[in-house]
Amino acid sequence: MKKILLGTAALAMSASMALAQGSVVRLGTEGAYPPYNFINDAGEVDGFERELGDELCARAELTCEWVTNEWDSIIPNLVSGNYDVIIAGMSITDERDEVIDFTSAYTQPDPSAYLAMDGAEVDFEGGVIAAQAGTIQASHIASSGATLLEFATPDETIAAVRGGEADAVLADKAFLEPIAADSADLALVGEDVLLGGGIGMGVRESDTELKEKFSAAIDEMKADGSLNALIEKWLPASATF
Amino acid sequence: MSCWETLADYGLRSLGYGERLLPRSDFTLCQQVVLIGSGMIWNIYFGVLALLSGFFLATAAAVGKASTNPVLQRLSNGFIFVFRGSPLFIQFFFAYFLFVALKGVSPVFDAFSAAWLGALIVLFLNTAAYSGEIFYGALQSVPKGDMEAADAYGLAGWARFRRITWPTMLRLAWPAYTNEAIFLFHATTLVYFSGFPALQQRGDALYYASYFADKTFNPFVPYPILAIYFILVTLGILALFGLVNRRLNRHLPQEQRARMKFRPNLLR
Amino acid sequence: MYRAARATDASIGTTAIFSFCTDPGTLGDAAWMACYLTTGKHMALYWSVGTVLLLLAITAPVSLAFGFGGAAAARSSVAPLRWFGKTYIALVRGVPDIAYFLFFVIALDQAFEYVRHKVKCPDWDQPIRQGNDFVVCAAAKLPLGNAPQWMHETYGFFLAVLTFALVFGAFAANVLYGAMRAVPRAQMETAEAYGLTRRQCFWRILVPQMWVFALPGLSNLWMVLVKATPLLFLLGVEDIVYWARELGGAKTPRFTDYPHGDWRMWYFLALLVFYLFLTWVSERVLARVMARLTHGQATVAGEAARKAA
Repeated sequence: MKKILLGTAALAMSASMALAQGSVVRLGTEGAYPPYNFINDAGEVDGFERELGDELCARAELTCEWVTNEWDSIIPNLVSGNYDVIIAGMSITDERDEVIDFTSAYTQPDPSAYLAMDGAEVDFEGGVIAAQAGTIQASHIASSGATLLEFATPDETIAAVRGGEADAVLADKAFLEPIAADSADLALVGEDVLLGGGIGMGVRESDTELKEKFSAAIDEMKADGSLNALIEKWLPASATF
Repeated sequence: MSCWETLADYGLRSLGYGERLLPRSDFTLCQQVVLIGSGMIWNIYFGVLALLSGFFLATAAAVGKASTNPVLQRLSNGFIFVFRGSPLFIQFFFAYFLFVALKGVSPVFDAFSAAWLGALIVLFLNTAAYSGEIFYGALQSVPKGDMEAADAYGLAGWARFRRITWPTMLRLAWPAYTNEAIFLFHATTLVYFSGFPALQQRGDALYYASYFADKTFNPFVPYPILAIYFILVTLGILALFGLVNRRLNRHLPQEQRARMKFRPNLLR
Repeated sequence: MYRAARATDASIGTTAIFSFCTDPGTLGDAAWMACYLTTGKHMALYWSVGTVLLLLAITAPVSLAFGFGGAAAARSSVAPLRWFGKTYIALVRGVPDIAYFLFFVIALDQAFEYVRHKVKCPDWDQPIRQGNDFVVCAAAKLPLGNAPQWMHETYGFFLAVLTFALVFGAFAANVLYGAMRAVPRAQMETAEAYGLTRRQCFWRILVPQMWVFALPGLSNLWMVLVKATPLLFLLGVEDIVYWARELGGAKTPRFTDYPHGDWRMWYFLALLVFYLFLTWVSERVLARVMARLTHGQATVAGEAARKAA
């Protein structure tokens, strides 16, 4: 693992490079959503998607480069051409699909879960539930009976539960699970909520060639079991293919 | 759905009236204009109340800074330095942190972690510090002759301050104070952006503008709408402050009055 | 939010500064802290302090130039130029800077690429706007798609400087416009009486004298500019606030060798000290410049300085 992290990207120098648009494919991620993507101690992008992205680029014989971008503007910057691919734990939804295209999903639909103070009785229909603004979880709470409290970053949502501002936080289970495991005062509560489709890579609608390449590489990894191995390593709570 | 219906559904959405859910698909221009306009209610609320309340603290801080009492002077100086010297969003962060902590101590502080009160307090202190510095500058430039004339009339203490020093100070500070008012209204956009959480999707104009930018993935419609609203507010401020300025300068000869308008903005 | 893409550079910070940092879990408090504060991520934080200072150093003169141009245009005798100058000042002053920052960078970037596309690829037959996509030919991309990462970062920095300068230029224009009007009328009349042309009056009489009137406003603007730098993270520049947030958030042991709770308060406290210090230094320096400029001037402050000497 260390070896992969040290290389900037999987450099696949091959004859087909000219075909691959003759240049670097820039992968955009958020860098604030462990275990999918985060900035490690050395200041580099790390996580499930880092490893997956490097492997996909190697298989598709592309030269890739990682860049990070704020979550809020990750789609406008893609369509504007600041990078070529979004690989940031982005669930495939209809609204997003209208604006950009997605490759095949590389995770099963990921359940969302509630995190609350250990032993707390949470009223999911009438309580105060925190979520990160602009996420599918935020719109889910808004349409349920609960009172939605929105924060700009995931960190603040957790802090709100600890500070008593919110009864619980709704977020991806894979994000909450390590937090619940490592903090004695917090625990996952209630039942999982299924929102959105699986996670896929986002590309511009005009970039069909790139989409096909990555989809083919993802399908290949699904077939030979290497994707399942990555999911088991980084997302132990999630379903495999 | 006609635009009138949209106005009825979302016109007061930022206060929690009307439709419970924000629009989620098929966004119309009308929806964006109405909701962002609805959010402006909060910007105006924060701006007006902070400005009105801040005015008094600002006067106190300016007088304190100009006073000969070392304790008062240090206190005012420190207050102005800290609030003028640090970015607003850091002030929001610490205030929110503090208010949430205080909430644990006593239920009296329950309301403080909500934006309507907590953010208002921060904006109040912030504008008081900036205006205090402006007023202090003006206080220093009150013509000596005015004070001597006041003495000659036997005015002293509070009467001299209220009738001579204070009006002159306001007159001198007014152009810069107008600028501060404009800045303050702009600063209200930071409340939900980097300070306080939005409850039940009730937010200010920027909150709704970024909601639409996020949902339509197109920043080129909502932010210009926001910009137009703010230009209107700025024009309103300029008109209102212009009226006050006219009143403050009504004793001056016409020609001099015209020149007053173009005094350099000494401090923001 | 409109962060231009930035890459994480693998070459910095992969090696620890201190040799004992290989296994942080076993270290004592002081050593742990020493290792923690020298991780690659913290190095990025320290670098970003330099970035912010560099941005300030470049933006200030550029804004001043924009402001000068705007003020000169606003008092021009050519009507269209005057309208342009006044509209620029009014438009930018009326809108919160944050609203500009939220879409300006993308707009500027697209505008540049559009112009380059028109120049470099005249026979491109596909539309530039394909649905939601903004597609220009490869040669028109800024920076070029295969450009090294530092070019992307420099370009992002350049866009940020330009955006800041456009916004603060309008405020500077407002201050300079006021300062030009504050130069005593008699000075200009005398110059005209001596037969100086409009141009000569402007450059030889008005400009040298206006600075003393402009300085209080400009120094205040500088203070506002310093305090606007936390908004840099909206413009795609890795600034200190971005790193403070990132480093301060709670970290679980699974994803870092240095787990800790929510330390945002400490990082923000450091930011607070940084900004207060910057303000303090600025106040000192500006007071000196003011003293210099008022020296020998027929203003109240100049008179006071004369008496004190």
